[in-house]
Amino acid sequence: MAAPFDTPSLDTNQICPTRFNKRAKGVAFDTVLFHDLRFTPQGAEQPNFVLNRDPYRRAGIMVAERNFGCGSSRESAVYALLAFGVRALVAPSFGEIFYTNCLKNSLLPVVLDDAICARIRNQLHGSPGAKMTVDLQRQVVRDTTGADHPFDIHPLRRQCLLDGLDDVSLTERYADASVAFERQYRQQFPWLTKPGNYPPGSS
Amino acid sequence: MKPTSHRPQTLLDKVWGRHQITEVVGEYLLYSDYLLLHEGARHAFDAMLASGRTVHRPDQVLACADHYVQTHHRSSGVEAIADLSVRGMLERFERNAKAFRLPYFGSSHPQQGIMHVVAPELGLTQPGLLMVGADSHTTTHGAFGCLAFGVGASDALHVLATQSLWMRKPKIMRISVEGALSRHVTAKDVVLTLITHIGAEAGIGHIIEFAGSAVRTMSMEGRMTLCNMAVEAGALSGLVSPDQMTFDYLHGRQYAPKDADWDQAVAYWKGLVSDPDAHYDHQITVDAASIAPSVTWGTHLHQTAVIDTVVPDPQNFATGEARDEVASALQYMGLTPGTPLTSIAIDRVFIGSCTNSRIEDLRAAADIARQGKAVVPAWVVPGSMTVKRQAEAEGLDRLFKEAGFEWHDAGCSMCTAINGDHLAEGERCASTSNRNFVGRQGRNGRTHILSPAMAAAAALTGRLTDIRSFG
Repeated sequence: MAAPFDTPSLDTNQICPTRFNKRAKGVAFDTVLFHDLRFTPQGAEQPNFVLNRDPYRRAGIMVAERNFGCGSSRESAVYALLAFGVRALVAPSFGEIFYTNCLKNSLLPVVLDDAICARIRNQLHGSPGAKMTVDLQRQVVRDTTGADHPFDIHPLRRQCLLDGLDDVSLTERYADASVAFERQYRQQFPWLTKPGNYPPGSS
Repeated sequence: MKPTSHRPQTLLDKVWGRHQITEVVGEYLLYSDYLLLHEGARHAFDAMLASGRTVHRPDQVLACADHYVQTHHRSSGVEAIADLSVRGMLERFERNAKAFRLPYFGSSHPQQGIMHVVAPELGLTQPGLLMVGADSHTTTHGAFGCLAFGVGASDALHVLATQSLWMRKPKIMRISVEGALSRHVTAKDVVLTLITHIGAEAGIGHIIEFAGSAVRTMSMEGRMTLCNMAVEAGALSGLVSPDQMTFDYLHGRQYAPKDADWDQAVAYWKGLVSDPDAHYDHQITVDAASIAPSVTWGTHLHQTAVIDTVVPDPQNFATGEARDEVASALQYMGLTPGTPLTSIAIDRVFIGSCTNSRIEDLRAAADIARQGKAVVPAWVVPGSMTVKRQAEAEGLDRLFKEAGFEWHDAGCSMCTAINGDHLAEGERCASTSNRNFVGRQGRNGRTHILSPAMAAAAALTGRLTDIRSFG
């Protein structure tokens, strides 16, 4: 199920209003997504908001406009999308930090041309509930007419997503290089780690 | 170490190369000198605790309470905060900072403040470093000629665990501002004008290096304002190569290198300039004299105009999409096309944020404030308690209070508006912060972004005001 979002530059504060940042990741975020667009100040649903209309209530894919997720680095924007059930986003461009946050949380961000995104959004408006798919293995988005649109994704990121490998586990494979690097770096810039050149730790 | 490249290098190349641990199909594992965290890092700490991992280099992490701290009644202590969710964030942050033995600047620390004000003023931000912060305005530190990136909780966790970060190498764009800035035109006006000129997405995939004679004559605080808002042009960071202004700023600061180390550090820092024939992916030059005092009118940063012009008319925009965007912004902001900006009445003024809350910003605002009396609530929130004490030593607090402004303790306050300081519904605020987005300063709050002097002028007149009329 895919939902179209036609507004450009939907920033992370709209995706997840700042006051919800305090919540722990997970189920606490399930009503947070686009909260202030989705609900009135009194908490009633805004009937015209796309996610409040059938069939979009169960959207697992969002097809958006450019600069989706610009603004703050808060990862809670991604938690809100995940808690709602979104698994993939398609847009002409994303806020950079947001794009990375998606990858690190197994929410697949797909960049497709402006024109293709617009076409797919129109398809979804025209046929609510029509099926589309996002295939990471083949790196292809199949729109509601069955047409395939290839997308780019960094090969390392694609592999980590497919393998379910988090970054720290990936980095642990390079432990020797990291240790050697730090040793020579500290020799080269000794003042950085000299006592008195950084604030003391708390206890 | 990588062999020296014979290709001319940008400053980005040089600093990136110094921090490169390894590379995998174009993703680089980079060593991070510092990780900056504020209370919002709870998700990173939650994940650390859940995974049982230890912090690799606690001494290279800085925990600064800034987003949720109270900016008034602070002396009553965190325990006295009525909003339990705010109090909970501060207490959780302190627990985590202490559990992991991190350098911790909490509410009661004498040097507490906004992380992007504190690290530079303590001499921690230095040329040639790679700094990572769990905050999008980490770009601020690029003003010192270091690479400074904002990240989310997952990357923050990775840096906590490994003191390194996976990144793809960005492109680099150079924006040169040439000539002299006119009187009353500040770094804030420069960066607002640049964003309006290039758009909010031009910087995506890029670091913006700011150059040119106007940038060279800008103080470190002005350069920090520029780099702070590079993120609003979509950029991964801002960058200014270090020079004597940088070295003079750092010399003698608490955590800057000292004695023989100082000489060694400066010798290294002097090499941190882009080679003359280095390749840039994109370059633009802007005439400094063409930049005028500006203010945002809409709900995106590129919706900025010179103060002595009028609210734009959607009909004058070329495409349907542009017309819709303008119309939508004007509807939210409650503005009518053709209205002179200087006739727009405001409900309150906020002088603060990591963009403009340092001593020079406060001096500029005080210089205007002393000329009258505030006719709307006007808050001055220094960027750190150190800045606050310096301002008090200079008598600025007295000037502000005599003019009817409120003098606060340091913190992010009404910029991100999550500590209890926020606009009421529909309130219009002249703010020195960095985002005028829908709901940023409070649900249905209306934000106009401008420079500190312009904010102070607006406080005295009760409307957006052309600072040039103040002489």
